[in-house]
Amino acid sequence: MAARLARIRWGTAPAAARRGPLVSCRRWAGASSDTVYDVVVSGGGLVGAAMACALGYDIHFCDKKILLLEAGPKKVLGKLPETYSNRVSSISPGSATLLSSFGAWDHICNMRYRAFRRMQVWDACSEALIMFDKDNLDDMGCIVENNVIMHALTKQLEAVSDRVTVLYKSKAVSYTWPYPFSMADSSPWVHITLGDGSILQTKLLIGADGHNSGVRQAAGIQNVSWNYDQSAVVATLHLSEATENNVAWQRFLPSGPIALLPWSDANHTDFIDSAGSMLQYAVAFLKPTKISARQLPPSVARVDAKSRILFPLGLGHAAEYVRPRLALIGDAAHRVHPLAGQGANMGFGDISSLLHHLRTAAFNGKDLGSMSHLTAYETDRQRHNTALLAATDLLKRLYSTSAAPLVLLRTWGLQATNAVSPLKEQIMAFASK
Amino acid sequence: MWGGRKLSSSGSRFLGAHRSPFRGTQADCPRLTTSAAYSKNQLSWTLQIKPSVFSEYRSMCFKSYSMTFACLNRMKSYSLPWTRPYSTSRTTVDSSEVKTFLALAHRWWDEQGVYAPLHSMNDLRVPFIRDNLLKTVADHQPGKPLSGMKILDVGCGGGLLTEPLGRLGASVIGIDPVDENIKTAQHHKSFDPVLDKRIEYRACSLEKIVEETAETFDAVVASEVVEHVIDLEMFIQCCCQVLKPGGSLFITTINKTQLSYALGIVFSEQIAGIVPKGTHTWEKFVSPEKLESILESNGLSVQTVAGMLYNPFSGYWHWSKNTSLNYAAHAVKSSIQEHPAPAEFALKEETEEVRIETSTNSGVHEELKK
Repeated sequence: MAARLARIRWGTAPAAARRGPLVSCRRWAGASSDTVYDVVVSGGGLVGAAMACALGYDIHFCDKKILLLEAGPKKVLGKLPETYSNRVSSISPGSATLLSSFGAWDHICNMRYRAFRRMQVWDACSEALIMFDKDNLDDMGCIVENNVIMHALTKQLEAVSDRVTVLYKSKAVSYTWPYPFSMADSSPWVHITLGDGSILQTKLLIGADGHNSGVRQAAGIQNVSWNYDQSAVVATLHLSEATENNVAWQRFLPSGPIALLPWSDANHTDFIDSAGSMLQYAVAFLKPTKISARQLPPSVARVDAKSRILFPLGLGHAAEYVRPRLALIGDAAHRVHPLAGQGANMGFGDISSLLHHLRTAAFNGKDLGSMSHLTAYETDRQRHNTALLAATDLLKRLYSTSAAPLVLLRTWGLQATNAVSPLKEQIMAFASK
Repeated sequence: MWGGRKLSSSGSRFLGAHRSPFRGTQADCPRLTTSAAYSKNQLSWTLQIKPSVFSEYRSMCFKSYSMTFACLNRMKSYSLPWTRPYSTSRTTVDSSEVKTFLALAHRWWDEQGVYAPLHSMNDLRVPFIRDNLLKTVADHQPGKPLSGMKILDVGCGGGLLTEPLGRLGASVIGIDPVDENIKTAQHHKSFDPVLDKRIEYRACSLEKIVEETAETFDAVVASEVVEHVIDLEMFIQCCCQVLKPGGSLFITTINKTQLSYALGIVFSEQIAGIVPKGTHTWEKFVSPEKLESILESNGLSVQTVAGMLYNPFSGYWHWSKNTSLNYAAHAVKSSIQEHPAPAEFALKEETEEVRIETSTNSGVHEELKK
């Protein structure tokens, strides 16, 4: 009897022991046999996909495991559509260099893009005008459709699929952060729980999931943000006369800026207009001739059918870009008004900086999630981005008013800046990074 | 191995008190840009220590200094010029040092904790090892520059240097005489499947593995170790024996100068608390000249000696031409097999030469006589 009891007790004990650790270390449930990823990029938009691509093509990461998580389906652009998409981004030369470092720029060149050489900006309330012009034959930047960029990035990711795994339609529902340093039996990695219940472990999580970043919220990082009571309207316009279309036009109206971005020689232009009681922001391009006198924007013949869309505008900046084993890039870290065309470029700049620091860390055999190099990335980028965000916000506020003293101030400021060419060159250099 | 004193108990009490405010300031350290704030925090905290404990420590300090001297003298009388390296009665491990390290065995991986300077030293020593090893190979695999290399990390502690070397592709064996250190290192690497396969830890001293691992390593790393061993000669001999011909020995240690006493012991340990108290013994510091002579006499040719400087305000290390504080050395074992007792050889040769000379002389004499 005693022996039987003893045996029963012994029989149940291991089961209890098995249950105990399972309950207390639930994180280990799927983890023991699973791989530990070196880097997981959460968010497969422009910036997230570009980050994954950059890591996949970097020589120092050739034996590391990289994963890209995208909540949406895979976007395949079969044939380039005749009509132009109205979601476009202005790509600076620095961003173009990054994209060509992993071969995506070639795909874009083969598809569709538009370079611009000049930019003319003037104030509706006064005669003040500023012209940005590159004396040499370099382009100031390019306008590329967002889905063209995405298609190029997707193609490059497919080419390096042995190093970079892409999970489409996978949304992360929760994150588990590691303790500050290794304590008994707690996994030092970040655990990501997906919608289907599977758990991923990673040494470094890069949050690239847009301005409503789930990663940033889960990490509890404070975000300074406000909405502009402005929305942007984007549309594709047809010009009435044939012009060589490679100049950007921007005019600041009290209700908001208007801009015209050149798209093609065949009379198309991308137009974003702000009008009406709801402030709207428009960007348009136009190319002037060599004369530096004020040019008039081309006249518009008609608007492409079904090409108008509306999206709200706001500003946002995360108080911290990094935490142990976490880094934020792109709109998750900063959201900016499109008046300077810098949103996507700031994101690509984040990628360049983070890649540089991660690559050095990998070559030194460091733990990729270590704060030492992550804080170096944060310092680099916060300095650059804060300046740009502040300048853009200031410009937006300055030009939103028609009060005489402020109009006078900005008129003088604009004219003075236009007269001082070194200052203009500095501005162009800063924006081209 | 870290210097041990009789104050291992008071040492841990010190460290207990020293830990919490220290962590508070250290955690903020990477974000603080003003060095003045950092040093102010350190100084204000140390001023709060009871002066009685300080003087108690000092007197113990002097006592154990004299003890160490006596120990050393005794050791010297026992040592022979070319001892058999396989003798198990002699060891390079200082048991008193082992005790001090035991107290801190679980703190290895706190990057902002007591071992923060060692973590940031990796920024210098890993590239130093990696670049010098890459010079010896024609080409390397990108992403895993040290793949195919076998490295021995002597005195690996918690594996702070072992893991980066493993991540760079090398197969590393880390040894340390302190069991707890090996346990911590083992535990830390167990979470990473790649490192788990590449790194192996053993709790033993160097002498124990010399027999089974003779001439098997491409590189031996002894970082912050030689200032803690009892018998440096024997240690270097053992290192040389486990190296393949043409293999590299990497040493980082502290110079024995007045400056290293003032900054390395008085400032770092007693005032600023950069290094835990009782870690180092000034008598055991090794000057680069002494190290070079020991290395050369054991058949290792010294390639590089470079000074390292620690900035306690920024927490970063820098290379320097000045070797009066910390320095790193790289030596290469010669490819020709050298007899372990060249002195005897020389003697034999000399006697043979003398014999030949006398025989020729006698021959000449005979001829002359004829």
